[in-house]
Amino acid sequence: MTLLGWSEHDLGVPGRVLPVVTASDPVLSAASERVDAADPKVTQLAADLVATMRVSPGCLGLAAPQIGVGWHVFCVDVGGHAKARTTHGTFALCNAEVIEATRWEKAREGCMSVPDLTGDVKRATRLVVAGELAGSTEHVVVETDAFEARALQHEIDHCEGLLFLDRVAGAHAVFRRRVYR
Amino acid sequence: MTLLAVTVIGHDRPGIIADVTAGLADLGINLEDSSMTLLRGHFAMTLVCAGDVPLGQVERALAPLAADGSLLVTVRSVPAEAVSKASGNPYLLTVHGGDRPGIVSAVTRVLADSGGNIIDLTTRLTGDMYLLVAEVDLPVSVDTDALAGRLAATGADLGVRVTLSRQETDLL
Repeated sequence: MTLLGWSEHDLGVPGRVLPVVTASDPVLSAASERVDAADPKVTQLAADLVATMRVSPGCLGLAAPQIGVGWHVFCVDVGGHAKARTTHGTFALCNAEVIEATRWEKAREGCMSVPDLTGDVKRATRLVVAGELAGSTEHVVVETDAFEARALQHEIDHCEGLLFLDRVAGAHAVFRRRVYR
Repeated sequence: MTLLAVTVIGHDRPGIIADVTAGLADLGINLEDSSMTLLRGHFAMTLVCAGDVPLGQVERALAPLAADGSLLVTVRSVPAEAVSKASGNPYLLTVHGGDRPGIVSAVTRVLADSGGNIIDLTTRLTGDMYLLVAEVDLPVSVDTDALAGRLAATGADLGVRVTLSRQETDLL
């Protein structure tokens, strides 16, 4: 199992679509437990995360706390997003850590767990992250930039019990999400 | 030159700012600092402006805005305040979690007890989640790690997450 070409089919179990919890739930404010990436329960969790991400419009990443599980696992897929440059397609990482973060830029982001707000957050646009691929013992280092870097930092924050709200740039950097029809 | 503080709050519609500022401009009043937002859908504006016009004349000029009862308009004269230079360090406080009465008072009391001065603050209630973001000037003498600990403990008592972080200022 490798990062490039990874897909949820590599997990070998069907994912379930689970409800996404929202911001007043304490699971989103607690640091997650590190996991054994090869544990079948982690494999199932990764499959569930990808399945839930896939059916959620506009969702480009989902972390375990967002489906109520305090484990250090998340998935992302920013392929095709207009703000993405380097992309690695779909992947689910366990116990991921930021190794290197440079070239910080502010941009607006939202979150399925904070459905009514968006905020301006400064993130590194050059990023190196290390972790284990879910469902394997494979240690991987992901070197990325631009929007995939933002997505990874957002999801790692979830696993540390942080929301983008904890990192907004100022008192006037939070915005009510407007729905235009 | 008299300084005036004007507040306008009420039912939102296009054109309120254009109407208010036209009334002031017609009297030769100069707008200085102002803030406008929507608070749970209500139009809310506060502005400080300067001019050589009697208070009553300004009130009469703005009275038509309030005539149908949809807006509340007040005009007060205020003394000039020296624009204070920040004496401490800039920090950002964020608080979020399940809504309940007393979050703002409890958290801001902890800041006030350390001499922290809030210079900007917004709060939002969305669904059952309450969010507060405040920019705070903290005296240089404050032990910020200890203060962050007290704030986190206060937040834990209320079931909300409190984060205190140094605010960056990039001068270019």
